[in-house]
Amino acid sequence: MSRGATLPLALAVPDVSTPARDRLRRDLRVIADMIEPGARVLDIGCGDGALLHYLASEKGVDARGVELSQSGVNACVTQGLSVIQGDADSDLHAYPAGAFDAVVLSQTLQATRQPRRVLETLVRIGRRAIVSFPNFGYWRIRLGLAAHGRMPVTTLLDHQWYDSPNIHLCTISDFVALCGELGVRVEKSVTLDRYGRPFALDPRGSLANLLAEQGVFVLTTGND
Amino acid sequence: MAAISANCHRDIDLPSATTPRLLQRTETDWPGYRLVVREPLRLDCGVDFGLFTIAYQTYGNLNADRSNAILICHALTGDQYVADPHPITGHPGWWLTMAGPGLVLDTDRYFLICANVLGGCMGTTGPQEIDPATGKPWALSFPLISVRDMVRAQKRLIDHLGIDKLFCVIGGSMGGMQVLEWAASYPDSVFAAVPVAAAARHSAQNIAFHEVGRQAIMADPDWCEGHYLEAGRRPARGLAVARMAAHITYLSEAALHRKFGRNLQDRNAVTWGFDADFQVESYLRYQGSTFVDRFDANSYLYITRAMDYFDLAAEHGGSLAAAFVDTNSRFCVISFTSDWLFPTSESRELVHALNAVAANVSFVEIETDKGHDAFLLHEPELFATLRGFLNGCAEHRGLARA
Repeated sequence: MSRGATLPLALAVPDVSTPARDRLRRDLRVIADMIEPGARVLDIGCGDGALLHYLASEKGVDARGVELSQSGVNACVTQGLSVIQGDADSDLHAYPAGAFDAVVLSQTLQATRQPRRVLETLVRIGRRAIVSFPNFGYWRIRLGLAAHGRMPVTTLLDHQWYDSPNIHLCTISDFVALCGELGVRVEKSVTLDRYGRPFALDPRGSLANLLAEQGVFVLTTGND
Repeated sequence: MAAISANCHRDIDLPSATTPRLLQRTETDWPGYRLVVREPLRLDCGVDFGLFTIAYQTYGNLNADRSNAILICHALTGDQYVADPHPITGHPGWWLTMAGPGLVLDTDRYFLICANVLGGCMGTTGPQEIDPATGKPWALSFPLISVRDMVRAQKRLIDHLGIDKLFCVIGGSMGGMQVLEWAASYPDSVFAAVPVAAAARHSAQNIAFHEVGRQAIMADPDWCEGHYLEAGRRPARGLAVARMAAHITYLSEAALHRKFGRNLQDRNAVTWGFDADFQVESYLRYQGSTFVDRFDANSYLYITRAMDYFDLAAEHGGSLAAAFVDTNSRFCVISFTSDWLFPTSESRELVHALNAVAANVSFVEIETDKGHDAFLLHEPELFATLRGFLNGCAEHRGLARA
């Protein structure tokens, strides 16, 4: 792996800042900037539909969503978004290959039962998969565990160990390794600090694995 | 279908055979419209069915573009009187919770159409009408009809009204089956499709319940092998029992318990007999006895059969996804947590088939203990969901805000 410090800067060209964009969570802004206007997008784990709503209203995207919580689904459909109640493990298999220009899985991979299979499905049904996840290699997590011997509770991982939905945590290096195993190509990647600001670091290097609180990866099957 | 209402479980005996309550069939006085279809309709059973009447009702106004029409498809025992009183019973319209000025199906904004289904008994041609070939009621010589036939007949009506594309087709239960059939058969004519508490096929359990109902009707001596109208009789007891059995399937155990529990009806102790001691018995008897006033027994046989035969995947080579391969419609699939007649799993299967063709789908399961009948009742979550979905669709369709 190269360690060139300029690698991710292609991503550091955000869309023009607007009030609508500024209202998005930081990592969602990064994701939103990666999506072409007018694309067909599936957001898995879309929550209350903030990203979908932004993409549909500001970028003319054909925005669809999948959400586990009933309250989230109802909130989405009530504002006119096309969202189905379901989850990443059980409700993606039916989609045909290449059904979407982009499939988004933000802060959800670590809560799936079979993340490996989910990743394979994402790159099958989307021409691109955009995946963001909390980095368990983040230094505060390492330090918390090493110094205090307790399971970490951070802004991104804000549950106690006994009620956490996050059952498959990984580091950025783990994720990159899995992509390699699956033959999934990392088309772009960016790491974010605890304030959601992009680092000018090679996201695949060990420094990013230590300093970044989360990673955002754009994946393809590598076939195109 | 009717919902539990607090004031209707009076102690009422089942109708007796010696005092048949014949329907006052003064159909010409009934509100609404009639379309006489002259060109025969090729039915799924192979019969070319000619010269029949479609009775329908409309609410609101069709806009200049003819782009604001919503077709409401009624359920098994429903009818076209969505939002005005039933001409026989005088009861309020069956979807007054949903249809009216400012409501979800906003008559200030949309043009609502509801037609009595083919085989029905509220003005559209069905087995109680006179067969022109014999001058007698059709009875069991009426051809078997399918859900697809009902939809084909509705298409004639929509064509007659000069509407190329319905803004929305919506319905619950058997109405939802028609919605799916519309989307599959006439994809270019459906902008949005809303099947509520429905399924793409009738399950074995549902067929079984229907068979109990039909056997109850046919076991009634007053059924007269279907020729009760000529004999001046009505199989009221059989039809009432059919209704009672079916009505249980529209509710949930939790709703029955909440409403009635083991409470006794106007008495302090059981009578050690077979009167309606329990409120739940009294309620069911009331449901049965009022139903026979407004519904034809042979229609009940034909329409339940149409539901039993419904299997959208089978109509498309065994693949449900194949039914929707040409769809551009926006779907909103809705189920209810306590509906065991058309459970959420059936809706989810439908959603997966729609996903397989990358259709535009929303899917919402509404939390309620009211069972299958929830679609007819006051369910704020249902209203909010549908209002949002329809507003989103209206925006895409370019309909002006009301």
